[in-house]
Amino acid sequence: MKMAATSVGLLALAGTIVPPAVFMLQSIAAGQAGSPALPLDTVKTIMLVSTVAWFVAAPFWMKVE
Amino acid sequence: MSDVLHDVGELEHDASSEYERQRVPPKALKGPSAFWGMYAGEHTAGTEFMIGPLFVKWGADAFSLLVGLFLGNLLAVLTWRYLTATIACEQRLTLYYKLEKIAGGLLVKFYNLANGLLFCFLAGSMITVSATAVGPFFPPGTIEMPTFQSTMPTGPAWIVSCIVIGVAMTLVALKGYGVVAQVGHYAAPWMFLIFVSCALVTLGRLGTTDLWALLTPPEGTPQEISFLGIVCFAWFCNAAMHIGMADLSVLRFAKKPSAGWASASGMFLGHYVAWICAALLLIYWVRQHGVDPQVGKDPGTMVNDAVGWAGLICVIIAGWTTANPTIYRAGLAFQAMIPGMSRVAATMLAGGLCIAAGIFPAFAMNLLDFVGIYGTILAPVGAIIVVDHFLAEKVGIPRDPAERSGSSFNMAVLIAWLLPVAVAMWLYKTQGVFASYLPLPCSVACGLLYIVFSRLAARETIAVRA
Repeated sequence: MKMAATSVGLLALAGTIVPPAVFMLQSIAAGQAGSPALPLDTVKTIMLVSTVAWFVAAPFWMKVE
Repeated sequence: MSDVLHDVGELEHDASSEYERQRVPPKALKGPSAFWGMYAGEHTAGTEFMIGPLFVKWGADAFSLLVGLFLGNLLAVLTWRYLTATIACEQRLTLYYKLEKIAGGLLVKFYNLANGLLFCFLAGSMITVSATAVGPFFPPGTIEMPTFQSTMPTGPAWIVSCIVIGVAMTLVALKGYGVVAQVGHYAAPWMFLIFVSCALVTLGRLGTTDLWALLTPPEGTPQEISFLGIVCFAWFCNAAMHIGMADLSVLRFAKKPSAGWASASGMFLGHYVAWICAALLLIYWVRQHGVDPQVGKDPGTMVNDAVGWAGLICVIIAGWTTANPTIYRAGLAFQAMIPGMSRVAATMLAGGLCIAAGIFPAFAMNLLDFVGIYGTILAPVGAIIVVDHFLAEKVGIPRDPAERSGSSFNMAVLIAWLLPVAVAMWLYKTQGVFASYLPLPCSVACGLLYIVFSRLAARETIAVRA
């Protein structure tokens, strides 16, 4: 259980930070004229799902023994 | 990670409920990992969303923000390490018990009242910040959001938002410290990443990673805060905790004074990275939407625009996890002041005051001044402990004088504390001195006056005996 919670927790943290980082890199690469391949709405959705996943997993992962 | 959290949970339980009137025994001492986690969580709060944009409003330049914040936070860490942690590990007593030995029990209650009231205004600011996250959940215009210039409530919907959030925070605070601390620890790593995510999205939208250029205000922007102002703000925004010695209560559990370095996690993640991330949010709105930096934009709207609902949840939780222990501590302070008052009644009183303060945006919008005043009023008490610990024997005054004499009210402490604070408040109100410049001179003056008054009192005692 703890192993699963740890995996979900780490994925959730990655889901919180990686999409905005990708958005930033793509936006800068695309310049003023272009638009990033990963739209901001998708970034926001992934972050929300990751947030829910984090708060579900964290109490198992970080449980005080 | 779980070991760290286990330590943190025990640490805060111990700090809030055990060894309050005795030295912490060796078996209760904790390793450094617990302190790193605790400081990181405690200093990444909802108010960071206010402070970063307020720097932009005050026209802080890139050098001040990038170098000044670094220097100020470094000085804060050094103060924690070499002053607070050193005394904490040698004394192993809470601030309140140590102060009682020096100042007497009655004076400690007076200090507690000042502490409790200031805690209420601080928690009120956190309610204000959290309430700005409610607006984006409703159709535009339903709740009018406050700006930097707002001092009064913006309307009935705003008042209802603050009351609902404040009541929820108070009800959780009634449950005690443990639940809140636990949720705070769960949220801490995620919350920090949300701050960074806001910055990443903002940099992407602005099309550059040149932080120096972004943080440089447009030409003609009035600079209301200097490099020194930023350094002092970063150094003394937690003055009550380090030079004010409030963190004796936590660091007394440290095995070694080196645990004081753990404050670096809070300072550099919360008070450096998070502040700069939050500042970038307003810079984006100023550059892309033409928002006047003097008017600003509420944190809820900016965060929702950058990272969506995850950000709104962060604004609410960041305010909540820090406001809750603050309300709880304020309740304990009031309970100590009013004999016979239950903890529930005291917490509800504290919660009511916090909600009242939260409804008025004036406190949150003047946070840069407020934290300086907070430090100016509470930090000088720490100077008295510093004198008692390091200098008492050298300057010929007794250590722990109230305990020795059985006094419940040491007048030397009261005058040494209030005199510099009164002068500092006069300088702030009438001369416009930036509040963050005041905690250090106020503390030094308090320490010197304490030596003078204690020597005078000792001379009088000898004369009376003769």
